[in-house]
Parts: sequence; structure tokens; C-alpha cells
Amino acid sequence: MNTADQYLKAIYLIERTGDGPAATGELAEMLAVSPASVNEMVGKLEERGLVEHEKYKGASLTDDGIARAEDALQTYCIIERFLYNVLDVEDFREEAGALEAVIDDTVAERLDTIIDRRSECPDCFDAEADACALLEAEEPAD
Amino acid sequence: MSLGQRVGGDRQLARLLQIGVVLEEVVEARASQHFRSLSPEGRAELGEDIEELLEHAAEESAEHRERLEALIDELDAESVAYEEIEALVAAKYDQPEDFDGILYDQLYGEETAYKFYDDLVEAIEDSDVEFGVDHDRLLGTLREIRAEEEEGVQEVTEIMEERA
Repeated sequence: MNTADQYLKAIYLIERTGDGPAATGELAEMLAVSPASVNEMVGKLEERGLVEHEKYKGASLTDDGIARAEDALQTYCIIERFLYNVLDVEDFREEAGALEAVIDDTVAERLDTIIDRRSECPDCFDAEADACALLEAEEPAD
Repeated sequence: MSLGQRVGGDRQLARLLQIGVVLEEVVEARASQHFRSLSPEGRAELGEDIEELLEHAAEESAEHRERLEALIDELDAESVAYEEIEALVAAKYDQPEDFDGILYDQLYGEETAYKFYDDLVEAIEDSDVEFGVDHDRLLGTLREIRAEEEEGVQEVTEIMEERA
């Protein structure tokens, strides 16, 4: 997943949890980057027709942007589920966050052939927790 | 893997090599599964070229897996057992409708593996981290595997073109 996709995914999740567009500050916090970096990338995404930006309000996704954000979110879910179910990684969320930037969509699609992902993915993603809600439910109790 | 992404350290490198092992195991398991799923008549119709291709793909993936496992071992991490991936592949396996479907699946597997190694080589080249394995040996191994995956893509493509 490239940087642009990570931004689209972040805007998608903020829009889903809140009532309006994703503010620059919220995006900067979620992605751990500077507000200047956010403004620069949002401008690029706007030029590509993936995002609409309204001054003092923030960024919202266009239909094309939503489709791409959902793909990016699916890729993230595949990585999380692969790490947890196949590699038995305890810190699967932290590692999925680090790996999503370096795992290509085609590789994720191939990994998807051996994991048990629900058909409703990524609608079941818990935006507030920034994690797959169903995977949480499958975790063994302490 | 996107341009400009780098491999951050031994743990991430080991994880990426584990993913490489799994991709190889998926190719190996699916090639075997394709062959096993055919009826005796289907195998007879398959043709020597496709049968050899599936056998070669499984053998080459096993050899790549062993080379990756040697690197993973040096990073004090564990590999993923082939039997585990074989069972996961079998659980979700849908037999392709025809021989072209088998070839397309092989092509997809080889192309994915090639793209993975190509990105990984680039990310390691861009990284200034000192890994727990010898840098030159790591890159040398991955470049050789990448070249073999590229040959694999060409072989499948040629057979597909001949059948068209």
C-alpha cells in the first residue's frame, strides 16, 4: 500500500467515525506526520479526483476515493488476519501498521487465498479502534 | 510495496522473508493441488509441457523456500511449515474450470512472487540498516530468486501463447 492509499484509508475512517470531513489535524495525528505533509498530500489527491477539500472543514473522499480507500482497508485487514492466523504474531496490529506500507496489493490478494476473511470485509472494520472488529472477537480470552 | 519504502530492521526483514516463504509454499501447494485434482483422463490430456511446468514450479518453489529459510534462521526467526500452508490452500481450493485456468493461476503466482522480490530487493537496496545477515548474500540470494521467478513468468506465458 503506498502513501496515498494510507491517506485515503485514514480519511475514510475519520469520515466514518465522525460527522463530517477529515480535518488536517486529525489526519496528521492518525498518520503521525506534520500538518504541512497532510496539506501537500491532500492537494495531490484532490488533483487526482480522489478527494474534495473544503477550506476550514477538511477533506472528504469522492466516489473514486471511497472505492480505493475500501481496497486499501481490505489490504490492511488481510495483513492483520494473515499475521494473526498464519504467523501467530501477538502484536499483529502494530506489525500490520508497519507492513501495510511495504506490502503490495497483489501480494495481499495472494495471501487472501489462505486466510478466512468474511465476505462483509471491510464494512465490519471498527473505525474507532482502527482494527478489524471480528478479529478482536476471535482472540482467545486471557 | 511502494517506492521509497525501506526495510526498517531485522524483525521486519524476517517478517518479509516469512511472507516470501508463504508465497512460495502457496505456489508449490497449488501446483500439486492442480495436478492431484485432475482425473486420469485429465492428466492424459494435460500434455507434457503443462505437467512439466507444474512439477518444475513445485520443485523450484521448494528450493526457494529452503534458501529463504536459511536467511530467516540467521535472523533468529522461525519459518512457516509447508504442511500448514498446504492445509490452508487445500481448505480454500477451488479447482480451475480448465487447463487455461490452471495456467492462469500459475502465472498469477509467479508474477506475484516476482513483484514481491523485486520490491523487496529495491527496499533493501534503499535501506542503510545493518541487518543480522550478510548484506551481499541477502541481496544476492533475493536477486537470484527474482531472476528465476521472471523466467517462470516467461515460461508460463510462452505455453499460454502456444495454446492460444
